Amino acid sequence: MADKTLYDKLWAAHVVRTDPDGTALLYIDRHLVHEVTSPQAFEGLQLAERQPWRPESMVAMPDHNTPTDPGFTTIDDPISRLQVETLDHNARAHELSYFPIGDIRRGIVHVVGPEQGATLPGMTVVCGDSHTSTHGAFGALAFGIGTSEVEHVMATQCLIQKKSKAMLVRVDGQIRPGVTAKDIVLAIIGQIGTAGGTGYAIEFGGDAIRALSMEGRMTVCNMAIEAGARAGMVAVDEVTLAYVKDRPFAPQGKEWEQALQSWRDLHSDLHAQFDRVVTLDAAQIQPQVTWGTSPEMVVAVSDRIPDPAQETDPTKRAGIERALDYMGLRPNMPITEIQLDRVFIGSCTNGRIDDLRAAAAVIKGRKVAPSLKQALVVPGSGLVKQQAEAEGLDRIFTDAGFEWREPGCSMCLAMNADRLLPGEHCAATSNRNFEGRQGQGGRTHLVSPAMAAAAALAGHFVDVRTF
Amino acid sequence: MQAFTRLDGLVVPMDRANVDTDAIIPKQFLKSIKRTGFGPHLFDEWRYLDRGEPGMDNSQRSPNPEFCLNLPRYQGASILLARENFGCGSSREHAVWALDEYGIRCVIAPSFADIFFTNCFKSGLLPLQLPAETVDSLFREITTRPGYRLTVDLLAQSVLTPKGAVFGFQIDPFRKECLINGWDDIELTLRHAEDIRAYEARRRQQAPWLFQ
Repeated sequence: MADKTLYDKLWAAHVVRTDPDGTALLYIDRHLVHEVTSPQAFEGLQLAERQPWRPESMVAMPDHNTPTDPGFTTIDDPISRLQVETLDHNARAHELSYFPIGDIRRGIVHVVGPEQGATLPGMTVVCGDSHTSTHGAFGALAFGIGTSEVEHVMATQCLIQKKSKAMLVRVDGQIRPGVTAKDIVLAIIGQIGTAGGTGYAIEFGGDAIRALSMEGRMTVCNMAIEAGARAGMVAVDEVTLAYVKDRPFAPQGKEWEQALQSWRDLHSDLHAQFDRVVTLDAAQIQPQVTWGTSPEMVVAVSDRIPDPAQETDPTKRAGIERALDYMGLRPNMPITEIQLDRVFIGSCTNGRIDDLRAAAAVIKGRKVAPSLKQALVVPGSGLVKQQAEAEGLDRIFTDAGFEWREPGCSMCLAMNADRLLPGEHCAATSNRNFEGRQGQGGRTHLVSPAMAAAAALAGHFVDVRTF
Repeated sequence: MQAFTRLDGLVVPMDRANVDTDAIIPKQFLKSIKRTGFGPHLFDEWRYLDRGEPGMDNSQRSPNPEFCLNLPRYQGASILLARENFGCGSSREHAVWALDEYGIRCVIAPSFADIFFTNCFKSGLLPLQLPAETVDSLFREITTRPGYRLTVDLLAQSVLTPKGAVFGFQIDPFRKECLINGWDDIELTLRHAEDIRAYEARRRQQAPWLFQ
C-alpha cells in the first residue's frame, strides 16, 4: 500500500461517505463551543425542530466576551452579558459539558480543550473559531468553521467537505536560545505568506518541531490559519502521549492501552507524498516582530522596517504603504526603535503555562518601563492561572508592574473591555495584527512571550537574546 | 437559503489585498445573538470616522467620504471587486451576513480565504474567483466608466462586462448545484442519517473512547 500522510490517515478514518466528485461527509468527534459563534446555530436548530445529534461530543465555555478584571462576578456590558447567558441557557438545555464563569476549568476554548483531554490524538475537532487549528498539535484534524457549519455539526455530527491538498513544512535543525515556537511560526508565515497555505492542510515536521513541548506545538498549529491553512498538525510521539495521559476526558485503563495502539500510527509514512514541501533552517530563525497589518509583515528583531520603494509588485507596494501609514512607522526604521504603549501576554496562541514561565523568566526582579501605559498578563485558563500562582509567577509579574488577570481571550480581539486606544502600539503574544484587531486604531506587533516581556521592561522592542 | 442563479449588478471596487473579516465586521458587533443587523456596520471602521458600537444610529455618525462604499457612484452596488486573499482571518460568518444584508451578492477576487469562502455558500453569496490579470483589467475599466455593471451567470459560469467581454469561471459542481437550488445542507446530510449511524457503530468498535 502506498505511504500515507498524517492528513490522509485522519481523513480516511472519518469519511462517512464520498460522492463520485469527491464531496465527502466527514464525521466530527469533538465540537468545541463558545458564546460568540453558537447562538445563531442553537437558534437554527430550534427553529428547524432538530436536536443535537451527539451532545456529549460538545464541550462549551464562554471566553471571547468575558471580563478579565480580578475576581469579577458580573458582566457590565448588557449585550455581552446576554450572549454569555444565552450560552449558559443552551448548554444547560442540551446538557453539554460546560465550564461557566466561576468554574476554575473555564478559559480560552483552545487552551481548555487540550488541558482537559477533550482534544485527543486521531480526533476530528471543530469549533466556530479559526484558531481551532491549535488542536492539530495532537495529531488531530482540527479546523475552524462558520456558524452555519456549527449548526450542521450539531444537527448531523458531520461536515460536507472536499479533501484539501497536503503541505509539509519541515523545520530542520535546532532553534537557538531565545528563539521560540512563536518565532518559528512567524518565520514560516513570513516565508510562505498569509495565503501560502490556502487550500492546504499543513503538517509541521522536522527536528525543531519534534523538539517542541506540546505548548510550543500548539502555538505553531494555532497560527496555521494565519498562513491561510484551515488545519495545521503535528505527528503523535511520546511528548503527545505524556501530555494526554490522565487528563480528565482522556481514556483510562484498558481503553488507554487500546488508544495508544491506534495513536502510534498517527504520523506520515516515510515516503508519503505531499503536494508541497517547504523547508526552513531552524538555526537561521531569529526572534520575530511584525511591523504591519498582516502576520506576513514580519521581520527579525535585528532588521529594519521594509521600504515600499524596493517593492516591484504594485498591489504589494500599496499594501506596505497603507500598513506603514496605519502603523505610524517609517521605512528603514530599526525595529528596536518602535516605542510601545501597552504589552499583552496571553491568548490561545501564547496563554499557556510554558508561555507564562518564559515571560516570567525574563521579567524576574525587574520593572516594567515607566513609559508603558499598561502591561497585561491574561492566563489562558483558570487552571493555567492556578498553576502559575502555585509557581509564584503571578508575583513576578505583579512585582514588575504587570496586571494579573482572569482568563479569557481579552486583548487579542478586544471584544471585552481590554483594548488599545487609537494610535497606541502594543507588543502582543496573540495571533493577528489586523487593523483595529485590538481596538479601533490600535497598532499591534506580534511577538513571543519572551520578546513581549523584554519589550515591557525596555519600553521598546529589544532582542531578548542580548537583553 | 436564498438561491443564486444570475445577477446583473453595479460593481464597487475595493482595491486592496488581504481584506480580513475583522475589517468586514468589527468584533464589537459580534456580541449580537441574532443573524441580522450586521449590514449597517459592514466595514464599520473604514466606513465611518468615529468608533461604531452596536445599536448606534448611523445617520448621526460621520462617514469617511473617501471610502468606496460611501462614494455616490457606487450606491446600490451588489458586486464587490477586491484583490487577493479576500476574507482572511477569523471564521466569523457574521462577515457574510453583513455583506448579504448590505446587498452584496457576489464578491469577485483572485483568491479567497478558505473559511470565508465556505461560509459564503451557506448564505447564498457567490465568491467568484477570476485570474489576477482579469481582476486587474476590471479595476481599470471601473475607474474609467461610471455606473459600471457586470452580469454574473452562475448557470453558464460566466461574467459579462459592459464592453461585451466574457470571462468564464470555475466552481465546484456540488456547490454550484446547492447555490442554484438554494438547498439547505443539513437537510441534504440528514438524508444520509443511516450512513452516519453505520459509521458510528463501526467506529465505536474501533475507538470506544471517542464515544464517552
